[in-house]
Order: sequence, then C-alpha cells, then structure tokens
Amino acid sequence: MNTDLDTRNTKVMNRFDITSRLIAKLKHEEAVIGGIGNTNFDLWAAGHRPQNFYMLGSMGLAFPIALGVALAQPERRVFALEGDGSLLMQLGALSTIAALKPKNLIMIVMDNGIYQITGAQPTPAAGVADVVAIAAGSGLANSAWAADEEDFERLVDEAMSASEPSLIAVSIDDKPGVGTTRRDPVQIRERFMHGLGVREPL
Amino acid sequence: MATAEQQTSPQPAQASGDKTWHGIILQTLKRNAISLIPYVPDRVLTPLIKNLHADPFFTTFAAAREEEAVGIVSGAWMGGRRGAVLMQTSGFATLANVLASLAVPYQIPLIMFVSERGTLGEFNYGQSLVCRTMRPVLDSLALEHHTITRLDELEFIADRSIKQAVTTQAPVALILNPLLTGGKVFDK
Ligand SMILES: Cc1ncc(C[n+]2csc(CCOP(=O)(O)OP(=O)(O)O)c2C)c(N)n1
Repeated sequence: MNTDLDTRNTKVMNRFDITSRLIAKLKHEEAVIGGIGNTNFDLWAAGHRPQNFYMLGSMGLAFPIALGVALAQPERRVFALEGDGSLLMQLGALSTIAALKPKNLIMIVMDNGIYQITGAQPTPAAGVADVVAIAAGSGLANSAWAADEEDFERLVDEAMSASEPSLIAVSIDDKPGVGTTRRDPVQIRERFMHGLGVREPL
Repeated sequence: MATAEQQTSPQPAQASGDKTWHGIILQTLKRNAISLIPYVPDRVLTPLIKNLHADPFFTTFAAAREEEAVGIVSGAWMGGRRGAVLMQTSGFATLANVLASLAVPYQIPLIMFVSERGTLGEFNYGQSLVCRTMRPVLDSLALEHHTITRLDELEFIADRSIKQAVTTQAPVALILNPLLTGGKVFDK
C-alpha cells in the first residue's frame, strides 16, 4: 500500500466492511449515493435499499448529486460514498458545498491512493496530498480521518446530528468491490425516487 | 434592446410585465417551480444571474464546473426539487460525459440555458471553434435543443420546452443567441 497511509497513523480498513457498518446504522431512510465503480458496487453488495442511488458513470459527481438531494430534502440525511480518484476530478465541489453549508450532507471518501477499478494505478495525489487537509482548505471544517472502524462509526454518529456538512476520510486497502450493481439506470433512478417519497410506483 | 443588454442592467427587472429577455426567463422559471439555479457565469447572463440572486424564491449559486452543476440539479430533481443550469457555450463543451452517462440514461429532465458565444460578431477564435462543437454533441445524443433569437418567441419556447422536459423526462438545451441577448462584442 501507499507510504502516506502509514504517516497518517490511520488503520487501513476495507471499503465493503466500512460500507456495511454505515448501512447498519441507517434507521431513518437516509439517502446514500454510491460513486462510480467500487463505491457503488460495495453499496450494492451491502444490501439494496430503496434510498440508494448507484452511479454508472459521471466520475466525480457523487458529492454534487448528493448535494442536490440534500438541498431538495433538508430534513433527510444524505450520504455520499466517493473514491479518492473520483474526488480529485471534482475538488471544486467541496467549496460549493462549504459555501452552501447543507448540514444534512455527509461525505465519505474511500482513499486507497489508486484507481483500483482501472488497474490500480496510483493517483497523482497518492503520497503527496491529504484529502482531509484539502477538504478543510476548501472550507469544510468538519472533516476528519477515521482512525479505525470504531472511530468511523463514532464520526458517522456525530455527523447524524451535526450542524454543518461532514466529511469522513477512510484509508482503505486495494481490494475491489465485492458485488456488481445491476446496470439499469432508469430502474435505479425510479426506485430511488420511490425511496425518497417523491413518487409512487406505477 | 439588444445593445443595452451588453451592460449589466442597473435596475433589477422583476415586475411581471417585464419584457426583457432575462425578465421573461426569470418569470418562466418561477411559473414552472424551478427554484435551484447553479451556474458558471457568462458576461451576457449577468443581469439574469443578478436578478435571480435578488429573488428569494430562487437558490442561486456558482458551481466550480458545469458538470458539477448538472450533478446538483440531477440530484435535486430526484429529491423532488426542480432546477436549471446556466452556462456559456464553452461550459456546454465540457458536458458530453455527464449528459451521456447521467442525464440521458437515467432520464433526468435536465434544463440548460446556454448563452451562445462564438457567433454573430465573435472576436475570439477559440470561442467560435468551441461553439461549433455544441450542436453536433446535442444532435449526437438526440437531445432537444432550441436556439432562441427573438424576444417575442422566448416565453413560448422556454415555457413549452421546460414542460416537455419534465413530462418526457428528457434534457433540453435552450441556446440564447446574440440576436436575443445582444451577445458580447469586442471590448478590448
Ligand atoms: C471522466 C472519466 N475518466 C476516466 C474514467 C475511467 N474510470 C472509471 S472508474 C476510474 C477510477 C476510479 O477511482 P476511484 O474513485 O479512486 O475508485 P477506486 O477504483 O479506487 O475504487 C476511472 C479512471 C471515467 N469513467 N470517467
């Protein structure tokens, strides 16, 4: 794994395990947006819920999509799961979110330092940049590394009642996602809208 | 009308009887319950952006990139709130990926207003080339688009296009031509 993970003194965790821990905590129909590739594969594998949205492209847009949901439904907590490589494509979104301050938005970055799904090439940020420092510098003061699994769960609990948007970064291993999302975009979108109470099934 | 629009309007024009292009767009958005307006600015759009900011009905804000703005309004629509994205031609040129991998396959009624640079007096060769990529991209995805040149047609085209986008769950691009807005001319 990457040397930067050691210097940060955080445990190297696993995406599927972390995602499953998150899902187990959701009791109020919270929305969850899974980013391109492994993040939504593991969200799918953790057990489909009507409030899950799976991205099949548009790399880097998990946080912006979640921001839109959060602005539309301020009473609902909205989570977004994004890979570090994907986030690098859309760092400006962090400032947009910081400016709008939706307190119901919780961003989770799965940082393996690589583009795992395309062949595990290191990202340009690997070993030189720090996601939490970038987020804090973008105006998201409520940003933190999860030290280990228990700390991740504690940070999620805090974020559930936070008064500003939260970002939780997790050092993860180089494993691929454990499931494969059924790639049916219209059904994914329609069922998500049912899950959010926006529409009734036909 | 046209030349005056090159400058930022000194007066916010919000009265319902307002017959400026930006006044008509603002009222049409409101009538169609479109309240979330992320944008990446364009000089020509300045009076519209300013008046949207001044009207508490709208949540108007700058995004860092146009595709980010598309992601935001897509999420908002799934959450039950309507939005529209404002951009210039070069902003549209960054959107092929998000249109083809999010808006179109997920059937999202993405409403885009594009201020058309690159034609009718363009002074920047780069802008005019970027402009030429816009309609081929729209046509390659079979996306509905209209180029609006006349003030008397604006309300009809905008209102009908928004309603069609929502009911058919398909994106639409409304291209605001310099004949409508005055465009931008060489200013040193
Ligand atoms: C604009 C764009 N560029 C490149 C790709 C190819 N691509 C798909 S997923 C991916 C890597 C994603 O990396 P990350 O978000 O870190 O997740 P990981 O694969 O490591 O889980 C890349 C490069 C793409 N889909 N879109």
